[in-house]
Amino acid sequence: MIAANPETGQIRPPAPPRAWTNIRIFGHVLMALWIISGASLLYFLGSNVASTFVEKYWLKYVDGFLVTLQIVGLSLLVGALLSIPVALARNSKWKIFSWPAYGYVYFFRGTPLLAQTFLIYYGAGTFRPELEAVGLWGFFREAWYCVIFAFSLNTAAYQAEILRGAILNVPKGQWEGAEALGISTPVTFFKIILPQALMVALRPYGNEIILMIKGSAIASIITIYDLMGETRRAYSRSYDFQAYIWAAVAYLLIVETLRRIWDKIEARLTRHLKR
Amino acid sequence: MEEALTLLSFGENGWGDTIAAGVMVTVLLAIATLPFGLVLGFLIALAKNSSEPSLKLAANIYTTIFRGLPELLTLFLVYFGVQIGIQQGLKLMGFDAFIEVNSFVAGMVALSLVFSSYASEAFLSAFRGIPQGQYEGGNALGLSRYQTMTLVILPQLIRLALPALGNLWLILLKETSLVSVIGLPDLVREAGIAARVTKEPFLFFGIACLVYLLLAMISSTGLSRIERWTKKGEVAR
Repeated sequence: MIAANPETGQIRPPAPPRAWTNIRIFGHVLMALWIISGASLLYFLGSNVASTFVEKYWLKYVDGFLVTLQIVGLSLLVGALLSIPVALARNSKWKIFSWPAYGYVYFFRGTPLLAQTFLIYYGAGTFRPELEAVGLWGFFREAWYCVIFAFSLNTAAYQAEILRGAILNVPKGQWEGAEALGISTPVTFFKIILPQALMVALRPYGNEIILMIKGSAIASIITIYDLMGETRRAYSRSYDFQAYIWAAVAYLLIVETLRRIWDKIEARLTRHLKR
Repeated sequence: MEEALTLLSFGENGWGDTIAAGVMVTVLLAIATLPFGLVLGFLIALAKNSSEPSLKLAANIYTTIFRGLPELLTLFLVYFGVQIGIQQGLKLMGFDAFIEVNSFVAGMVALSLVFSSYASEAFLSAFRGIPQGQYEGGNALGLSRYQTMTLVILPQLIRLALPALGNLWLILLKETSLVSVIGLPDLVREAGIAARVTKEPFLFFGIACLVYLLLAMISSTGLSRIERWTKKGEVAR
C-alpha cells in the first residue's frame, strides 16, 4: 500500500476501471441468474405463505423439525459417549482391542447409513425369538429406537476417528511440560490438552454434526416423521411441490446457521493464531 | 448355514443373480456420475479460484446450496422437480401428458450436483497448493493460458487433489444407495426384495453391507495404485 505523499499530501491515484472481460461478463450473467432464481423463489414462497398448503401443514413441519433435532441430538450424544472407548481401543497397543475397534470403524464408515439402518430395523426381525427371550424385542420393534441405535453406532465410528486424530495430534511434550511446571493432571487436561485437541477436532466435529443433520433425512424412509418424513407425507397428500421447497429452505437454514456458529467458535478458539 | 448359501446361490432357488444385478446398477450409477461430477466440480473450482468476485460468489452460492441440502432431499427435488417442470412445460405447449423421469438419470443428476460441490472444494485446495511461479513459468515459455492450464497446472492439480477425490468417490459409492428410495433396483433395493420374499432380512442386508465394504476395498486398492502412478514423476529424495 502506498501511503499519501508527505510533501504534497496527495493520495494514490484511483485504480483504473476494471475492463469488461469475458470472464467478468460471464460472472455477472451467472450472478444475474442466481438473483433471478432467488427472487422468484422468494416470490413463490411469499405468495404461498397464506396458501392452504402452509396453513394445513406448517405445524407438521415444526413437529418434524423438532423430531429431526431430537434424532440428531440424541444420536450425537450417544455416539460421543460410545466413541471414547472406541477411540481408546483404537489407540491401544494391544491388538485384542485395536483390531475389533478398527473393524467396527471400518464397517460403519464403509457402508451406507441407509443399509445400516435397514440392517438394524428389518434385520432385528430375524432374531425375534432371541430378542424376545432377553426382553429387547420391544426396543428393536420401534422404528424410533432403531434409528437412534443405528445413527449412534454410525456417528460413534466417525467421532472415534476424529477423537483419535485429535488426541494423537497433541504432542506428548505438552503433558510432560505441564508436569514439569507442577500443574495438576485435571488442569493440564482441561486447560492445556483439550483446547489444543479441540482446535484440531472442532472442524471435523462440526462437519459430523452437519452430516448427521443431512443423514437424519434417511429416518423418514423407515416411517419416522422427521422434517423429511413430514415433507414426504405432505407431498403424498397434496401433490404440491412446494412441500419439498419448504423443506429445502428449512434444511439450508439449519445447516447454514450451524456452519456460521461453528466459524465463530473456531475463530474464538484460534484467536491466538490470528495475525 | 447351508440354507443361507442356497439362498445366496445363483440360479433357480438362489438370489445371487438378483443381488449381482443390483451391484451392477450401483457400480454403474457411481461410474456414470463420476465424470459429470468431476468436470462440473473442476469448472466450479476454476470459478472460485478466479479473481473475478462475481464469478466467485456465484460458485460459492452453488456449493452452499448443494452441500447444505440432505442428499435424499436433493434427489427428491430433482426427481419430482424435473417431472413437474417437464409436465408444466408441456402443458404450456398444449400437451397433457404424464411424464416419468428415469430414476437412474435422476439419481445421476442429483449425485453429480452433490459430488461436484464437494469436488470443487477438493480442486480448490489443490489449486492453492500450486505455486504462482508455475503460471509465470508457463507464461514465460510462451504457452497460452489454456496450454498452461492443461499442460502445467492440471497434471499437478490431479496429484494434489487425488486423496480428497478418492474419499469423495467412496462417499459417492455409499450415496448411490439413496436412489433405491425412488425405485432404482440397486443393491439395497434388490436386497430388500430378497429379504421380504425369503423373510431373511438380516442375511440379505448384511450381504448388502458386505458388498459395499468389498466395493470400498477394491476402490481403495485402485486408488492407491492411481496415486502411485501420479507420483511416478516425483524425484526420489
